[in-house]
Amino acid sequence: MPVYNIIQAVNDALRIEMRKNPNIVILGEDVGNFGGVFRATSGLQEEFGKDRVMDTPLAEAGIIGSAIGMALYGLRPVAEIQFSDFIYPAFDQIVNELAKFRYRSGGEYPAPMVIRTPYGGGIRGGHYHSQSPEAYFAHTPGLKIVIPSNPYDAKGLLLSAMREEDPILFMEPKRVYRASRGEVPEGEYTIPIGQAKIVRPGKGVTVLCYGSMVHSVLDAVDKQGAAEFDPEIVDLRTIVPFDGEAILESVRKTGRVVIVYEAPKTCGFGAELSAFIAEKALLHLEAPIARVAGLDTPFPYTLELEYLPSPERIAKAIAETARY
Amino acid sequence: MTQPALPPGAIVAGQAPPPFSLLDYEGNLREGIDPSLVPDIPDADCLRLYREFVKLRLVDDRYLKLQRQGRLGFYMQSTGEEAAQLGVAYALRQSDWVYPSYREPGIAFFRGYSISDFTNQLFGNDEDPIKGRQMPVHHSFRAGNYVSISSPVGTQIPQAVGTARAAQILKHDTVVSVFFGEGTTSPGDFHVGMNFAGVWKAPVIFVCRNNGWAISTPLSHQTASPSIAHKALGYGFPGLLVDGNDLLAMITATRMAAARARAGEGPTLIEAYTYRRAAHSSSDDPSVYRKGKDDELREWERRDPVARFSRYLERRGILTPAIDAQYRDEITQEITAALAHVESVGPPPLMSLIEDVYAQPTANLREQLAELLTLPRQKLGHG
Repeated sequence: MPVYNIIQAVNDALRIEMRKNPNIVILGEDVGNFGGVFRATSGLQEEFGKDRVMDTPLAEAGIIGSAIGMALYGLRPVAEIQFSDFIYPAFDQIVNELAKFRYRSGGEYPAPMVIRTPYGGGIRGGHYHSQSPEAYFAHTPGLKIVIPSNPYDAKGLLLSAMREEDPILFMEPKRVYRASRGEVPEGEYTIPIGQAKIVRPGKGVTVLCYGSMVHSVLDAVDKQGAAEFDPEIVDLRTIVPFDGEAILESVRKTGRVVIVYEAPKTCGFGAELSAFIAEKALLHLEAPIARVAGLDTPFPYTLELEYLPSPERIAKAIAETARY
Repeated sequence: MTQPALPPGAIVAGQAPPPFSLLDYEGNLREGIDPSLVPDIPDADCLRLYREFVKLRLVDDRYLKLQRQGRLGFYMQSTGEEAAQLGVAYALRQSDWVYPSYREPGIAFFRGYSISDFTNQLFGNDEDPIKGRQMPVHHSFRAGNYVSISSPVGTQIPQAVGTARAAQILKHDTVVSVFFGEGTTSPGDFHVGMNFAGVWKAPVIFVCRNNGWAISTPLSHQTASPSIAHKALGYGFPGLLVDGNDLLAMITATRMAAARARAGEGPTLIEAYTYRRAAHSSSDDPSVYRKGKDDELREWERRDPVARFSRYLERRGILTPAIDAQYRDEITQEITAALAHVESVGPPPLMSLIEDVYAQPTANLREQLAELLTLPRQKLGHG
């Protein structure tokens, strides 16, 4: 079985689906001739031509707006936003248009498409190449949001995303784009949207995480001594809709919860998870729900590893929650 | 004082030409026009177009009154701007796509949208094609390739370009038209869409109804460009300045733009020069900001698109008072029947709240609906 990193897994999924479904088209900045600044679409224009892998002018609202028009007409666009920090010019098209088309047209005009975008810090990218803006979009009915943490999931989830009837925001953890490597089956397989994965079973503390934070949590457990508290690590993989059953099952077992996300703490997606658990499983809790998150500051350049939830900070939260 | 000089190579926009126009205000073909530019419209089509003109007028009059009586929450008229809609509708094929703004109901009607569906949408009832999801006049008519309307202006422009690009990729000969007002040439989506269309040579026709007013904001506060049509030059394709109250000129201009699009020559911007005679919407009061501009309104009433076309048809012997009376009678009956019918139709079912958010309702939506079902019903939003 080949060993891929996340970029290679994404590229493999795109190639497989483009060969299978002639309606899949890719558009974005530098995705064609260059193959994307992270090389995720490398070689695709060569194989599928300029009508199916399109370099666009440099305007995110145009990329998403025109992709919506393609989707309404029957194509299956996979639009790339080069960095999720650049997604805001397309915010109106995503939030007010894409997410609402099916609803506002009484089901007459669904717009199934995928927006791929690398997100997150830890790559010395400073404020405009490091943000984790998933919560803005999670607050928007009509979108689904998928955030894989590893190559196997990235491929299976992206293949599912390209076959979904709903618009999908597919956020790729660029910090571990190349660092996360693993065996990836050749050919097709899918992972259902909305299903979490237990990365490490345990009975002590439920640790909820997604994307690159899964790796920071694993470091906290494997390298910072948190293993002694027998944590159960749950990789959400999809945050909208999130796998409420899997979360509650784990929480009922452990009675203790740590939620890890790298976006600013206030109103981050972990706040929703915390409220959900408080509403559904309060009497199972043995300790306050803990959140380990980015600071409520803009994303810093030099001190980014202080800003991000570090393995040490995560391990400390696991220990405190376990001992409470 | 002398004007500061510009260096060689400076590019300066010239003055706008007079709008392309074929009919004068009395419904005569203008003197000196190139006869090959006059569209050849069979008599039956002339009458069909006239009937659509009458329909728009009667519908606007009746539903505005209904709103004033408090029976309808909101309404928007297109009075005086009918030729821009119907000219494009007639020049395109039914298979061509239309991205309307909120002032082109005429194209939906022309393509078969019924007065009954139109009325049910206004009332947001259980027979509303879009299930009571949007304010009045935000129609969607998939069978007519008439795309769901959004309130924020200009969002439809890059979408229309994407649809045109999709048709190009699939090698369909579909042309896409997209409508907006002159105020919409200010936001970014207009420029982004125009730019993408130029680069892609997309088969799209941009139709700007320059009606002079964006709610209270006049054209002079919207742009420093000599015309809206000029804006196309920056994106590498032609801009046409057309008399938007002249159905014949609109048909010819649209046919030329569509022929360009189907020949792979790319986009065209049509500026339909017209005037917003009515208020922006039923919530607006132009007497506040158009005080002292009665002459302007009277001048544009003189240019009325319906009167010009009807006189033209009378001169050609196609339209008679009997036909006119028959159309008015038929349409009035249709409206009356549609309004009588809405009285008997209830609101959409509660289930419709959570349908169409996604292809299938998610667990949280089902849970939220289940809670509502245990509670007493609330008043309706437009009551």
